[in-house]
Amino acid sequence: MDSKDASSPTTPERAPATGIDTPLEIGGRRFDSRLILGTGKYPDNETMVRAIRASGTEMVTVAVRRVDLDRANEDSILHHLSPDEFFLLANTAGCYTAEEAVRYARLARAAGFNEWVKLEVIGDERTLLPDVHATLEAARILVEEGFKVMAYTNEDLITALRLEDAGCVSVMPLASPIGSGLGLVNPYYIREIKSRLEVPVIVDAGVGTASDACATMEQGVDGVLMNTAIAVADDPVAMATAMRHGVVAGRLAFLAGRMPKREIAVPSSPTRGMLG
Amino acid sequence: MAEGTGGRPPEEMGGPPERDSLRIIVNGKEREVARGTTVAGLLDELGLAPGMVVVEHNRAILERARLGEVPLAEGDRLELVHFVGGG
Repeated sequence: MDSKDASSPTTPERAPATGIDTPLEIGGRRFDSRLILGTGKYPDNETMVRAIRASGTEMVTVAVRRVDLDRANEDSILHHLSPDEFFLLANTAGCYTAEEAVRYARLARAAGFNEWVKLEVIGDERTLLPDVHATLEAARILVEEGFKVMAYTNEDLITALRLEDAGCVSVMPLASPIGSGLGLVNPYYIREIKSRLEVPVIVDAGVGTASDACATMEQGVDGVLMNTAIAVADDPVAMATAMRHGVVAGRLAFLAGRMPKREIAVPSSPTRGMLG
Repeated sequence: MAEGTGGRPPEEMGGPPERDSLRIIVNGKEREVARGTTVAGLLDELGLAPGMVVVEHNRAILERARLGEVPLAEGDRLELVHFVGGG
């Protein structure tokens, strides 16, 4: 990927004096926000739209499901969210095999908005951890079919490298299990993945609050994808605002380059010039 | 795939149609439609705007432009999907 090497953890790009970050570039598209939001589990559609706007995101994920024929009027999310306002990233959530995920991705593409997909193949119901073999298999098929694949995976470096080799436009390791809100459990592995991949690394799942988003971005990753933390907060709009700031704060802190940790105090005021 | 167990209607064999209606499976539920109904006709019956749904007809995705051209047959399986909230 062009222009992305500048943001690797080993050579942090200097934040301009204005404090404005460079845009996030994925699969040839540019995004000013490094936050991607899911659209599930909100108390109501109006709150969802207000929260999404408050977050500053430009990309939202959606799921493919059967139309409920027992309801008089269909409840497509597109009645509430305009594809002109937000870039739609369809997911394959709920799929447990590569074949199923490919089927869902094709249906999503047939909706006619774009050829992007958030690939997710789950391997275990309790943890919702990904089946990395099935994810890789599906990624290869979808890339071959011309999809731009953003692949949800665990924090395993080898899988991340294979997904990049398979042609994914972004690799998305988890911070912790989907919907757990446990935050970033393995910053070392996330940093390692970021330092070894050329494609953007988006941490997907597990962020519970703004400090998690901030800490995640401080690892040098390119962005964060979240849903539950905002949707189930007592005040989703306020949490979305907090996440927006958390992501920006973490990104700028990473670019700024933090001071080294010392296990001893160092005075901030001059030691010379004290009264005799 | 273990699909296509519904069989083809008898008129393909040259005999007269048995009924005026067809049984199809839409989103996992059996439904009767008039013989000759197209996929577009079915969407209309269901009150669904073609632009808001994607149709999978016997496991093959149907392009929107072809919805009006494809007649339904006995035992057809349709999946009508759309985008909902998700993470």
